[in-house]
Formats: sequence, C-alpha cells, structure tokens
Amino acid sequence: MAEIQIKNVAKIFGAYQALHDINLTIADQEFMVLLGASGCGKSTLLRIIAGLETATTGEVWIGGRRIDHLSPKDRGIAMVFQNYAVFPHLTVFENIGFGLRMQKLPNDEVTRRVEKTATLMHIEQLLKRYSGELSGGQRQRVAVARALAMEPDVILMDEPLSNLDALLRMEMRAELKGVLADSKTTAIYVTHDQVEAMSMADRISVMHQGKIIQAAAPIEVYRNPSAEFVASFIGNPPMNFLPARPAGAGRWTVAGQTFDGPQADRAALQFAIRPEDMQPAEQGLTALAKVVEPLGAHLLVTCEVEGKLFRVILDSDMKVRPGETLTLAPQPDRIRWFDPETTLAVA
Amino acid sequence: MSARVLPYVLILPVTLFLCLFFLYPFILVSQQAFSNGSELTLDNFREVTSHWKFPISMKNTLLLAAVVVPIQVALALLMATMVSKMGKGRDLVLYIWTIPLGISDLAAGIIWLAIFDQSGFLNSMMHGLGVIDKPLNLLSYQHPGVVFLAIALAEIWRATAIMLVILVAGIGLIPKEYYEAAEVFGASPWKRFLRITLPLLRPSLQTALVLRVILAFEIFAVVAALGGTLFPVLMGETYAYQFDLLNSRAAAAMALIILGISIGFTLIILRVLRVPKGASI
Ligand SMILES: Nc1ncnc2c1ncn2[C@@H]1O[C@H](COP(=O)(O)OP(=O)(O)OP(=O)(O)O)[C@@H](O)[C@H]1O
Ligand SMILES: [Mg+2]
Repeated sequence: MAEIQIKNVAKIFGAYQALHDINLTIADQEFMVLLGASGCGKSTLLRIIAGLETATTGEVWIGGRRIDHLSPKDRGIAMVFQNYAVFPHLTVFENIGFGLRMQKLPNDEVTRRVEKTATLMHIEQLLKRYSGELSGGQRQRVAVARALAMEPDVILMDEPLSNLDALLRMEMRAELKGVLADSKTTAIYVTHDQVEAMSMADRISVMHQGKIIQAAAPIEVYRNPSAEFVASFIGNPPMNFLPARPAGAGRWTVAGQTFDGPQADRAALQFAIRPEDMQPAEQGLTALAKVVEPLGAHLLVTCEVEGKLFRVILDSDMKVRPGETLTLAPQPDRIRWFDPETTLAVA
Repeated sequence: MSARVLPYVLILPVTLFLCLFFLYPFILVSQQAFSNGSELTLDNFREVTSHWKFPISMKNTLLLAAVVVPIQVALALLMATMVSKMGKGRDLVLYIWTIPLGISDLAAGIIWLAIFDQSGFLNSMMHGLGVIDKPLNLLSYQHPGVVFLAIALAEIWRATAIMLVILVAGIGLIPKEYYEAAEVFGASPWKRFLRITLPLLRPSLQTALVLRVILAFEIFAVVAALGGTLFPVLMGETYAYQFDLLNSRAAAAMALIILGISIGFTLIILRVLRVPKGASI
C-alpha cells in the first residue's frame, strides 16, 4: 500500500514562492499526472516528493509514513529523469542494477531483476552497451527499467517522454502505461503535454503558478473544468468564452441570445463552450468566419462573435468560406459558466 | 580550395612551429646523445647509467613522484569537490588556492627554505615553544628524512593547484542529474564520489596526472634550493653534466632517459584511465 499524501506543502526559493500550500492525496496504484505550463512548479513538487528538494513547510506521507525528513533512498521511491540520467560510464546492465547494487543485493538477485525488467522494457539485447551507443528511445527505456528494477512503492517521472519524437512518444506512452499498471506501483508523472496527460492519467492535477487548480479524472477535467484557467489550458483549441448578462430567472444573455444558466445573483458571468460542442443551426450565436483550416478529420473555423475570438470545430464535409456568417447552436448540456471575479466555475 | 586540402593548410602553421621549435631541437639532442663525435654509439648512455649517482638520483626522482603525486591527486580531488559544492565565495577560494601556481619553482623552494632553514620560521617557532634549546640545521645530511619531507611539502604546496584547476573544470562538466539519480537510487555521498565523480572525471584525471607526472620527473629548482647535493635527482644530474662537467653528450643522454620515463608513464596513465568507447559523458 503506497498512498501518497501531500499536506500543506509550500516551497520558497529566496524571494520566489514556487509552490503555495499544496494538498493532494494520491491513491495506492493510481497514475497521477501533474500537468501545467513551464515554470508552474511541477518539477519542484516532484523533487520534494523524491527528496531532492526540501519543502519550506508542509509534510509528505507515503504509505502512512511521514517521509519528508528521510533521505531519498529511504522513501521507497524510484525516479525517471527528464534527460534520463543514464550513467555514461556504466553498461546498460550496471545502470539498471545500480540501485540494487547500492542495496547490496546478492549478485544472482541483481542479475535476475535486471534481466526481468530489461525484458519487460524490450532492451534485453542491449545489456552490454554503454549509453553513448543507445538511441534516445533506448536510453529512455533504460531509465524506466532502472526505476522498475527497484520494485519501488512509488515511481516518479519528470517529463520522461519530452525528448522523444512524436511517433515514439505515442508508442512509449501506451507502453509505459501498460507496464506501470502491471507493476502495481503508484505513479506520479510530470508533463506539460495535455494529450499525454489525458491519455495516461487516472487523475490529472492541473497546476498553475505554484497551485493545484483542479485534480480530477481526465474526462472530468475536460468536461467540467473547475476554473477558467483549466478551461483555457486543457483542450486544443481551448474553450471559447463570451461575457453573459443576467436576463432574470436563471436566464443569461450571450451575444444577443438567451440561454438557461445558473440561478446566480451576479452582475455578469462568463459563458464557455468547447469548439466541438456546437452545430450550425437556424437559431444561435452569430459568428463571422475569419480563418478556415481543414484538418482532415474535421474543419477548424476561427470566427468572431461580437468582436471576440471564437473557434468552432465542424464536420469536414461542411463548406465554409472566410467572411461567411455562421449561426451556431451550442449543445445545452455542454455549456459551462464561470464567475469573472473568482474565475471559478458556477453551477 | 578543396575540402581535402583545406585541413592540411590549416594545420600547416602549427606543424611548422612544432617542427622548428620542438622536433628540430629534439633531433639535435638525440644526435648528441647517440654520438661520440664521429659515429653512432650508446657510450653516453653507458657512461651516465654506470655512474654511482645514477641509481640514487633515479630512486630519489621516482620516490618523490610516488609520494608527491598521489597526495596531490587526493588533495586536488578533495579541494575540487569542496570548491564545486560552494556557492558564494567559490571564485575567491579558487583564486587563493591557485596563488602558488603563479610562483616560480625556485621561488617556491626559497620560500620553504626560509621555513626549514637553521634561522628559519620552524626553528624559531620550536625554539620559542621550548621544544628545542638551540636552532638545528634541519636540511643537512644528518636529517635525510627532513630534507625529503621539505622537498615533498614544497612540491605539494607549489604544484597541487594545477591539478585542482583541471579537476574543477572536469567536475563542472558532470551533469547534476547524475548525482541526483545516484542519490535517488541509494548512493551515499561517498558512494556518489566513488561511483559517479571519479569515473566521470577520468578524462580530466588523465590530463592532470600526465601533466603532473611529467613535471615530477623534471623536478629541479625546488630540490636545488632545499636539498642541494644532499638529494640528487635526475634533472639535477643532467644540469651537472652540462654545466659543471661540461659534458653535453652525457647531459643529452640523461635528457633522453627522462623523456623515456615520462613517455612510459604517460602511456601507462592513458591506458589505465582510458574511457571505453561510447562511455563518455
Ligand atoms: N533552485 C531554484 N532556485 C530558484 N528558483 C527555482 C529553483 N528551482 C526552480 N525554481 C523556480 O521555481 C519555479 C518552478 O520551477 P519548476 O522547475 O518546478 O517548473 P516546472 O513546472 O517543472 O517547469 P518546466 O515544465 O519548465 O520543467 C520556476 O519559476 C523556477 O524558476
Ligand atoms: Mg520541470
């Protein structure tokens, strides 16, 4: 059992606060992805869990044991680094066995475990090579095998796929997910790639400026973003926003149209809709098409609604020309509302 | 100009320079060493190696190198590790530690002479503390151990910094991620030094050792200042052949012997500390 609890963790570098009061519980064997833009504090949080950085305040618990005062090796963790950190002076075999040797395991046990994990990662034929003789993808496999060979409770990964090309990344993504699910370890995976996050995670923690904005299942984060930031960060292209004025009795006026919305006593709200959740119809928002991009599977049209940028994804059979006016009907159950003052979702 | 010719044109100036100032004098010295004025001969080598002082000076030179160089490696590694862990003040400490580099070897010998001399600091201090009742002539034939110690200390003080500078640069090239990985996978600080720093420092260690060992076989001025004739070394004997005995053929033979030893050790160092293919940073 390796449930991870992060309690009130904050980190201050000199005058810069990199993390603000982080609270997060990760279930045993869960695959948690930390997702956020560059500089939001993902690596810092991961390194605090690993013990490579000390939190300014707060506690970290793994499997019911407080571990933030322990050295990395006593935390039951293993880590995969962004640049792999495969030791150049050791063979692949010795790299994978490094942690086991440090634990002074007997030779035959080291060999057994190295061979097992190498086979799992399909690098059993590379065991005698040095890292200089490996491709990026193979090095990546060695780094993962080295972590798995430790049979850790928790495996921490800091953008492990970011140095691979797109095709290899897609392949490794699926493979890594499978291997980690079989290994029954709890995993924390840092990435700034939302596709990676969506496809791999059991849960995603969206981070922004040192805070966790939302921690939820991928589809939940996508469908029901808890804050405007999440809505505009997740999804490519992201959600569209339009200002809404109250029209009384839970109805709101958006670009001259009224919609059913929350019964909230506010002077204004933000209306939000995903680009793919709209259909051309008789009645709806009036949008002026500006740029039309046929993307094969669908048609991405960048429009203006009341002078605001507004994107819509349409069926690729649709014929739309720039300068045309579209009438778009949002799918009612997909409309979301945000409070412009707190930027939080309003139900 | 074609791409085949260009590289040769580019290295031409250096080649000419090396030929003129290194190869040519080297050939002249070799000619002297292998001739007796009219024909090729090994007589000069026989002469210098059969002299009673040759085995002693050979032994002294090797002994000095064997004692001084390992201590210097250890010290330089320790100091380099300390410097590279420092944040603020790192440059200042490095500058101070490298001051001896700017002092000529003769001056260094004289500084240590001022310490060990009969009227030197060491004697006045011991006298002042009442350890001895009258100043001793420490650097005399009665105290061969002290003579050796003084020379070794002066050499360590003077020439450790050159290794330090090379090793600091080498440590700076090792990515921090390797240390973090080693730490996560359970290596203690000492293990990290043994398993990460040392092996990844091999290229720098190689350079530093080759440089130091060659210089150690050429030791001369420090010995001259502190030991005089009490502690004969190969280079001192070479000097004596050339300028006291006016036998430049013998001096040339000695010079070639020193060169041979240096080349031998250089090859050994390069071989022992070589980095396997594909295993560099
Ligand atoms: N050792 C440090 N000293 C000072 N500031 C630091 C240090 N480490 C990180 N920071 C700062 O903390 C913030 C978060 O850094 P962190 O490395 O966690 O970002 P990240 O989310 O991992 O970004 P990326 O996706 O680029 O890796 C950054 O603004 C960074 O400049
Ligand atoms: Mg990072």
